[in-house]
Amino acid sequence: MATTTLAPRATTYRGRAWIYEWLTTTDHKKIGAMYITTAFLFFLLGGIFALVIRSELAVPGVQFVDPETYNQLFTIHGTTMIFLFVMPMMTGLANYIVPLQVGSADMAFPRINALSFWMVPFGGLLLFSGYAVGGAANAGWTGYAPLSEQGGAGIDLWIASLVLLGMSSVLGAINFIATIFKMRAPGMTLMRMPMFVWNTLVTSVLLLFSIPVVTSGLMMLFIDRNYGAGFFDPSQGGNPILWQHVFWFFGHPEVYILILPAFGIVTEIVPVFSRKPLFGYKAFVLATAAIGALGFTVWAHHMFTTGAVYLPFFSFFTFLIAVPTGIKFFNWLGTMWRGKLSIKSPMLFSLGFIALFLIGGLDGAFLAVVPFDFHVQDTYWVVSHLHYVLVAGAVFGIFAGLFYWFPKITGRMLDERLAVWQFWLLFIGTNLAFFPMHLLGLDGMIRRIVDYAANPGWTELNFLSTIGAFMIAISVVPFLWNVFITLRKPRTAPDDPWDAYTLEWATTSPPPSYNFDALPPVRSERPLFDLKHRADGAHAAAVPALASTTQGESTPGEPPALPESTEAHATDAEAGTSEPGGEGKSK
Amino acid sequence: MNLPQVEQDDPGGHISHGVNTALLGMLLFIGSEVMFFAGLFGAYFNTRAAAQAMGQPWPPEGLQDVIEPTLVPITATVILVLSSVVMQWGVWRIRKGDRTGMNRALLLTLIMGIVFLSLQVYDYLTLVTEDGFGINSGIYGSLFYTMTGFHGAHVFGGVVGITVVLLRGLTGQFSAKHHIAVEAVSVYWHFVDIVWIGLFFTLYFLK
Repeated sequence: MATTTLAPRATTYRGRAWIYEWLTTTDHKKIGAMYITTAFLFFLLGGIFALVIRSELAVPGVQFVDPETYNQLFTIHGTTMIFLFVMPMMTGLANYIVPLQVGSADMAFPRINALSFWMVPFGGLLLFSGYAVGGAANAGWTGYAPLSEQGGAGIDLWIASLVLLGMSSVLGAINFIATIFKMRAPGMTLMRMPMFVWNTLVTSVLLLFSIPVVTSGLMMLFIDRNYGAGFFDPSQGGNPILWQHVFWFFGHPEVYILILPAFGIVTEIVPVFSRKPLFGYKAFVLATAAIGALGFTVWAHHMFTTGAVYLPFFSFFTFLIAVPTGIKFFNWLGTMWRGKLSIKSPMLFSLGFIALFLIGGLDGAFLAVVPFDFHVQDTYWVVSHLHYVLVAGAVFGIFAGLFYWFPKITGRMLDERLAVWQFWLLFIGTNLAFFPMHLLGLDGMIRRIVDYAANPGWTELNFLSTIGAFMIAISVVPFLWNVFITLRKPRTAPDDPWDAYTLEWATTSPPPSYNFDALPPVRSERPLFDLKHRADGAHAAAVPALASTTQGESTPGEPPALPESTEAHATDAEAGTSEPGGEGKSK
Repeated sequence: MNLPQVEQDDPGGHISHGVNTALLGMLLFIGSEVMFFAGLFGAYFNTRAAAQAMGQPWPPEGLQDVIEPTLVPITATVILVLSSVVMQWGVWRIRKGDRTGMNRALLLTLIMGIVFLSLQVYDYLTLVTEDGFGINSGIYGSLFYTMTGFHGAHVFGGVVGITVVLLRGLTGQFSAKHHIAVEAVSVYWHFVDIVWIGLFFTLYFLK
């Protein structure tokens, strides 16, 4: 064995400066960590914008910001939260976790992965540089023409930023799809993939086919603004409604792009903390695929009041989406039913997600009713709905995922007591901030206006909403403190702290750069459960045993065959054991 | 290590059959590009339908016969379609291990791509100077120049790609077994060709 040179890098590798290592890394775990950190910083920034908005709206009248500043505030708040927080955060978690869950050494295209990441901070820089050139974009995150045809250079920078972030997402989507289809562990058929992987796959397909459409629209807008074209200008024969079509053809799949990864996270967590397999695995997969497919058929439900779309078609398909979403709720409830629940922090946030996302989902079904939609178009009802799915949905899902995978990523366990504080502040704050908006919307309060009439009840509801927004902001403090004190502690987290089912827990915490020395056999969607409860009596301790061998990575007697070695590629053609497509054999 | 080793000789766990990973990446990328052009085509047909619904002529008044299938666009189209054939010939050569034949085919494809771009520039200049038809000549000009312009940008991207694989071929890279970059660039080139056929029939004949 001494003659084998499967891992020549181990001897020739010279340590590099810390900063150089992070700037040039192509390791999916480092890139994932950078995505998560960057996204969280933008979350804080977007949150500050939200606080200014809510402070302004606390009472009627114009107190802190003038109307133009306010327009920029809600535009940058929305764009930041969607494109610079939720999307990079989900991409970051998927970047870290998906290759581990499919038992791969890295993503399919590691350098393109690095490129995708570095486009994100530069996209953010472009967006915020609007403030340096006389005012950021002010046409809302939807950038409706003809409003977006006017305005200063801030809107051009907004366009450039979205095109860059879109490219980043498309390249990321290609990478995830290739990774999931080509890099799965032997035995991991499609119907044995962890549910987070399934949701990332469907999300990536949505990204791949929806982002380029809005990119074409953004290009048209840019050409209109700068080269005298008239795509959205009726005086030249153009049509402003066209913008709404290209925008929402992306914009509605985008909604599922934001929420499907959160579904995936919650569906990883609920079975583990119920000590049961997922109830209805196949139904869940089909529901996820159905949501993805239906996502492309409903874009014009954002445009009911334009009078330019066929209402029954889009209304019907919008209702139809409630079916697969409802199936998912049954999956979660059925998994918890008679399970041995343990309410640790990831489960706590997942339960919060399930409870509150239900409200957001039901709001959506209301909006599918055409006459009702006519009544609440552009009111705070819509603001309430989208915040119930994005804050109560995506944000709760993200925190559930962060608490769940923090020990894997850092080797340290977050404090449970602080998590409980954070959860209740966030839970109450979210409801306090966004529930009153339902009532305001029904009462006719229009969104995106700096001021409102002191109608009976409006002031009180708005004031409540502002208190809720500050509670959400305060809820971040225990989390930051939690992360701060935990990172100062030694790495004591076990490899598999939650007694979980999927492959990411079969390696050390944090994993070595090559992820796995050896993979357990994959014979179901819960390979680690199979490993711990093998029929041959080798109970428990199977995973710690694996850990003890991987940690001594200095000079193991038999150097493990590194997955990235080219020789592996040459030989695995003959292995023929990976049997994908054998879904029928999974049980 | 007492972990059960089911696949001793498959350490990476990669799935090695089916389409090559890099080629899959290119195919997915082309999928996204299809949607980009779908957005532009959607804009064209949306605008056209809106004009016709209001009883206005399409193309708009005064621009009825600006875009005609004259000698220059037809020549350009024939050259681009043929270049796809030449490209495929190059792929077939390298699949047989004939690198010299591939290099010749790549060089010819490259020249044909550059000729196409030159003819497009010539066509643009003629339209602007003789017909006064620019990107700001109403929605019709916006659509024509944006659609053909983005296609031209993609042809340019293909030309860059062909240049790269040609240079690699000239330095002795690629063999019958290892030439995935050539395959990927050729698929991209065919895609660019097919988009042009769609654009040509839409803009010059269907209108």
